[in-house]
Amino acid sequence: MDAKAIHDKLVGRFGDRVTGADLEAASPFATIATEAIAEVAAFCKSEPELAFDNLMCLSGVDYPKADPPRMEVVYHLLSYRHHHTFALKVHVPRESPSVPTVEGVWGVANFHERECWDLFGIAFAGHSDLRRILLPDDWDGHPLRKDWQDPDYYNGLHVKPTAQMAERAMGGERIGVGPFDFTPPNAHIEEG
Amino acid sequence: MSETQGLIQNRFGDGVLTASADQVINWARKNSMWSMTFGLACCAIEMMATGGTRYDWDRFGVIPRGTPRQSDLMIVAGTVTLKMATRIKRLYEQMAEPKYVISMGSCANNGGPYWRHGYHVLKGVDEVIPVDVYVPGCPPRPEALLYGIMKLQERIQEDRVLRRRELSPGSLAGATLDGWTK
Repeated sequence: MDAKAIHDKLVGRFGDRVTGADLEAASPFATIATEAIAEVAAFCKSEPELAFDNLMCLSGVDYPKADPPRMEVVYHLLSYRHHHTFALKVHVPRESPSVPTVEGVWGVANFHERECWDLFGIAFAGHSDLRRILLPDDWDGHPLRKDWQDPDYYNGLHVKPTAQMAERAMGGERIGVGPFDFTPPNAHIEEG
Repeated sequence: MSETQGLIQNRFGDGVLTASADQVINWARKNSMWSMTFGLACCAIEMMATGGTRYDWDRFGVIPRGTPRQSDLMIVAGTVTLKMATRIKRLYEQMAEPKYVISMGSCANNGGPYWRHGYHVLKGVDEVIPVDVYVPGCPPRPEALLYGIMKLQERIQEDRVLRRRELSPGSLAGATLDGWTK
């Protein structure tokens, strides 16, 4: 099915809970009402004509300058059976964002949603094990949000380099390393 | 050659070699630097190439070991994240003396490309463990790493084994570790 047919199918089933779409985009997508995403996801997987059996990617996006400021979660779907792809988007507010989990539909969403929580702070309601996956457990904040500011320290380690550290970093020549001879070890063979 | 050696040279028959203990011990140490097997990022690929047949760091006595307990040399090859930094420190502490550290590549030296925007990257592995040799490059070619290893060998050969050392800004043979110098 092409993007329009997929979109029509979704609108036919869910009506105004499909709140928008761009079918001309490089990766055609439909925007879904946030509270309906789990239901739509389950439909996308189980409906034989759609058969989206693979969640390729689940991403967070931050749009602090949009009006009103929002974040999005994007689901890239693939059907191995029909070899077609489609994307779903949901909008969430930047303050205490929450999205229903799709873990029950695609098991792989478990890790994806943990990553999205880790880096964007988007909570996934109903997730079985929502905790950080990449950053340390005692990390404070969600660094891929656009308003992220580096802290000075993490556990006593510098996160922001100081002027003193910059001075040291530029001092490589004083340590006496190099110059290097980059002639390959077999140069004499290749030249001869 | 030290003066002591001058006194005993040619005093013994054939088949007897004389040398200072420093020289023999350092010679043994620098030619059997067993390195710990671990890599953190793309530098590790170059490190593996250095261990392969073409460059073959076995010529210098560098043999990868699977445990810090048997390792003398830690080659920090790659990006040290803040999460990894505490692990690196623990692994270093598990190594037996004498131990040496080579910081390989820009990331391990000072954060490299993550200097400004790497919220997750340690700005130089020397923030957590003492480093003997820094190898620049992104990543360094195997020649550069071998040069760093040879540089470390030179430093080990100059080391004094049987007497107490001054505190040094570097770490050579763990001279700055607690308990040894206190």
